[in-house]
Amino acid sequence: MRLSRTSQALGLAVVVAMSLTACGGGAGENTNATGDATKVITANNTEPQNGLLPANTNEVGGGKVMDLLFSGLVSYDAKGATVNEIADSIETKDSQNYTIKIKSGKVFSDGTAITAQTFVDAWNFGAAAKNAQLNSYFFESIKGYDKVSAEGSTEDKMEGLKVVDDSTFTVELAQPESDFPLRLGYTAFYPLPASAYKDPKAFGQNPIGNGPYKLAEGGWKHDVSIELIPNDKYEGPQKAKNGGVTFTIFNNPDSAYTEVQADNLDILDQVPPSGLQNFKTDFEGRNVNQPYAGNATMVLPSYMPEFKGEAGSMRRQAISMAIDRQQIIDKIFYGNKKAATEFTSPVIDGYEAALPGSEALKFDAAKAKALWEKADAIDPWPAGKVLTITSNIDGAGNKEYITAMANQIATNLGIKAELNPIASFKEMRALVNEKKLTGASRAGWQADYPSLYNFLGPLYGTGAGSNDGDYSNPAFDAKLKEGLAATSVEEGNKIFNQAQEILLKDMPVVPLWYQAVQGVWSNNVNTVEFGWNGVPLYYAVTAK
Amino acid sequence: MVMFTLRRFLQLIPVFFGATLLVYFLVFATPGDPIAALSGGKPMAPAVEAALRAQYNLDQPFWIQYGLYLKNLVTMNLGQTFSGQEVAAVIARAYPVTARLAIMALVFEAFFGVLFGVIAGLRKGKLFDSTVLVASLLVIAVPTFVLGFVLQLVVGVQLGWAKPTVSGSAPWNELILPAVVLGLVSLAYVIRLTRASISENMNADYVRTATAKGLSRRRVVVVHILRNSLIPVVTFLGADLGSLMGGAIVTEGIFNVPGIGNLLYKAILKGESATVVAVVGILVIVFVVANLVVDLLYAVLDPRIRYV
Amino acid sequence: MSEKLTPENEPRIPVTPRLGKKSTRVIEHFVAPLEETPLAAVDSVSEGGAPLSLWAEAWRNLRKQPLFIISALLILLVIVVAIAPQWFSSVDPTSCPLADSAEGPRAGHPLGFNLQGCDVYARMIHGTRASLMVGIFTTIGVLIIGGTMGALAGYYGGWLDAILARLGDIFFALPLILGAIVMMQLPAFRDNRSIWTVVLVLVIFGWPQIARITRGAVIENRNADYVTASKALGLSRFSALVKHVIPNSLAPIIVVASISLGTFIVAEATLSFLGLGLPPSIMSWGNDISSAQPQVRNNPSVLLWPAVALSIAVLSFIMLGDALRDALDPKARKR
Repeated sequence: MRLSRTSQALGLAVVVAMSLTACGGGAGENTNATGDATKVITANNTEPQNGLLPANTNEVGGGKVMDLLFSGLVSYDAKGATVNEIADSIETKDSQNYTIKIKSGKVFSDGTAITAQTFVDAWNFGAAAKNAQLNSYFFESIKGYDKVSAEGSTEDKMEGLKVVDDSTFTVELAQPESDFPLRLGYTAFYPLPASAYKDPKAFGQNPIGNGPYKLAEGGWKHDVSIELIPNDKYEGPQKAKNGGVTFTIFNNPDSAYTEVQADNLDILDQVPPSGLQNFKTDFEGRNVNQPYAGNATMVLPSYMPEFKGEAGSMRRQAISMAIDRQQIIDKIFYGNKKAATEFTSPVIDGYEAALPGSEALKFDAAKAKALWEKADAIDPWPAGKVLTITSNIDGAGNKEYITAMANQIATNLGIKAELNPIASFKEMRALVNEKKLTGASRAGWQADYPSLYNFLGPLYGTGAGSNDGDYSNPAFDAKLKEGLAATSVEEGNKIFNQAQEILLKDMPVVPLWYQAVQGVWSNNVNTVEFGWNGVPLYYAVTAK
Repeated sequence: MVMFTLRRFLQLIPVFFGATLLVYFLVFATPGDPIAALSGGKPMAPAVEAALRAQYNLDQPFWIQYGLYLKNLVTMNLGQTFSGQEVAAVIARAYPVTARLAIMALVFEAFFGVLFGVIAGLRKGKLFDSTVLVASLLVIAVPTFVLGFVLQLVVGVQLGWAKPTVSGSAPWNELILPAVVLGLVSLAYVIRLTRASISENMNADYVRTATAKGLSRRRVVVVHILRNSLIPVVTFLGADLGSLMGGAIVTEGIFNVPGIGNLLYKAILKGESATVVAVVGILVIVFVVANLVVDLLYAVLDPRIRYV
Repeated sequence: MSEKLTPENEPRIPVTPRLGKKSTRVIEHFVAPLEETPLAAVDSVSEGGAPLSLWAEAWRNLRKQPLFIISALLILLVIVVAIAPQWFSSVDPTSCPLADSAEGPRAGHPLGFNLQGCDVYARMIHGTRASLMVGIFTTIGVLIIGGTMGALAGYYGGWLDAILARLGDIFFALPLILGAIVMMQLPAFRDNRSIWTVVLVLVIFGWPQIARITRGAVIENRNADYVTASKALGLSRFSALVKHVIPNSLAPIIVVASISLGTFIVAEATLSFLGLGLPPSIMSWGNDISSAQPQVRNNPSVLLWPAVALSIAVLSFIMLGDALRDALDPKARKR
């Protein structure tokens, strides 16, 4: 089968990658080789919102730390390709039943062995309702999830997980899902040592993992810093090339920016809006601007009468064509993004830049206006109605582009449009979840794992968890199912892209641009490489 | 005097309960769903959602929530943050930092405010007076987040005189720049209050008497005019201490100070009642105590004011 | 008259220190030269008519002061701009082509464009109304509420003071942002987001400061001899408060109020910045100042101009306050 082949091919890729690093840190300049492997690297981070348990970490601040403390069955390389870590092979014949073999001799940083049982226990723990883990829905594909996750359920063993022997276990899914192996590098699927279950809360403060780093003694100083030191028991593609990573907690990227300028902080992975215009000159030769697996969109809720039916469809298209994406990128983001031509991300395997129907994402004021008027002829836009674009503005940078977008829509369609600012994220989520939006709203997606499906299923499938606009199209759902049941990722991707063509017609959300990471680093470290998800490859950073 | 102080401390009890009740209600009434925000816009299993709601009593009506909070308070349990940390521990970490920052800002604005105010008041309409006026205007018209940002860039990065942000342990020397930024707007108030008082009192009879008695100008200014001019300034500073502590949100954000302001702001946005109420509860105590000290200072500054 | 009595221009009669004790203290005595002191003028009493009321006298003083005239003219100008912005700018401030983003000045657009491509000058002119209204009405509001509460608390003391002052403590301890987040979301506010809702929120959380200052000033003055005297003359306690204590306590209140006017305008900016203030369709200086922050390094003029407008308004109110204070202070009056 294709998957077992990939795992072999991936094993080979690891060897190649490692030999490349051995002779000098990847492609291009040979600067990494001279690095000082004992120096500690400092980087910015936000305070993790929860204890550091794999199935309870669902945000960037905690995720960055978890990905260094733990390693899963597979990991992702800089380009987002899956690389076997603990897994020896992941095999399936029908995309529904998987046999997973793990490498022998793998241990946690405290010396406990990692066996098949370790994974099964960790996943059952993450899924069970009684443990209330935020990421529990990640296990929903596994057979028996519905039982353990039911409210009040005391059961904590999914019937789809079976241990065969110390190094083998099988996974039965509720339905065929060809991209299941791709997910296994995500935080939720990391293993947990048995000691974690005695007191998960205490463990979350002082986790013991199997990743390239381990938490220093008392290393998590809340709201201040998190100190990681290399885990000498780790063997794998992400072995630490420095003497440790210390995350400094910053509440605002502006202040972190000045600290990198002053060479007090080594890596900043998020240049603030105030630095977008200058970071390339402030950090000449010490900056990066590359796309990562995320995008920005605008939701046009299907439950709004104005966006229903044939007229609604025309309006969505008209709004999309009334936005001059490139101009906003140039003027507001100083050129540091790329206009979207579909619904996923160019970083993801299977991405197609020019799908049929993608011209609906190109700026065309005349066509937009004509379409809008055509829609008005069928079902007039209420007189004086303002098209509001709702967004929480507690995060930096949202206000500016939405204002610009509203101005463009207003000018090009001849209606009134404005930003509807919301003070907090919790209020924004409540508005969205309770379907109380009265206009467009800001949205975006950052991939959990590198797969086209991750950009489509959770967002536009009927009744899906993050389907903010309540979009539903049986034809699209059918395509998704077909894609998941495909016997290879390539074949699946082809079908997912056909599903995207339906989206381009229906336009449940208006894709705006692909996210890009703008990162800078200090004079104390060599070139920093950033991964597919916009996170620096901390383990590969070397000090000068 | 002792009775007066004692009574004031007794008043703390209703004030504390009034403030916590009000704040608890305000956080309760803010729209939005804290649990939905915890999932970061991604789905959440219904059972997990229900469990989290129960854990933070968010499934209960308001009075029961507040009652449970008070019940825990009696046993000195301030509750937990949404990240599962003890609120008491979080506040114990942040409070000393903010207190240090606020006191430094207060000392800064009190010292320079009175100094500049006295000079400006004595030389009304002269160059120094006008310069101080223009500088105060700058501080009033340019918001802290812009001023702080520019100062950080110039002093911290371009000149390299100070570390741009404050380290975790928040040592005194690193807090100087944030304290100055924090105290700037209040400085404008103190200068103008002092100036007004000084220029008013310069013409008072007792000054004439003191001058006539042959006291040196320095002694007249420092002992007589200043002492009699300080009541409004002291009133302002007393009320300002609490504002500096709770209102340092912007300054703490710019200089990355791990203090109360940031904590409070984040907790408000998240709808984390336990943290908000605890922080405001402490702020109320600070206000009441600061006002008590101010009232006692009135009696020191002006012997005609007496408390029974 | 008082300036004559400074030691510098008086004859000094040194007194030898007492023998025996080594004291560095020098006691000086001053005697005004008789020929320079117009005793008759000092002692004479004007019997020309009934004494003017405090306020009438203040007005007579005020209108002669250049400080007052300048500040009044400036305020008048700002008010005219607020009422009729179209007289000062013919450019539509809501027309914001992104193509003009951050462009410099050109014909018809003397101050250039902001990030969104809006005309900076037109926005400055049209932002005057909202900013000025927020500043002035909030100040009036806190003066009425805070002033009354503070005066009553300070003057009567006792349990009234305890209740009012502690009430102030509760409101003061609530950070403005918390109060604003809640209040601005209440349906009554949310659906009518306007200048008035912002004013109301700022008043509710701003009054304790004025109350404190007023209370302090009233406590300072309530025991003054003239209050005792007026009471001895049969004036009721309350009348003494209104007629004598408050007018004599105005100086610090005026100072704080005139500065607060500026800080309220900036507070509106902070609220708008957090998505809680004026809706984006209402222009204000505060809004422009706060949205200029990311461009401070490359395009400082976007910040400069609204800040200059704000400074002029604040300056004129501070000057007005100074003039008013001088006019109200009998001690500062020059004959």
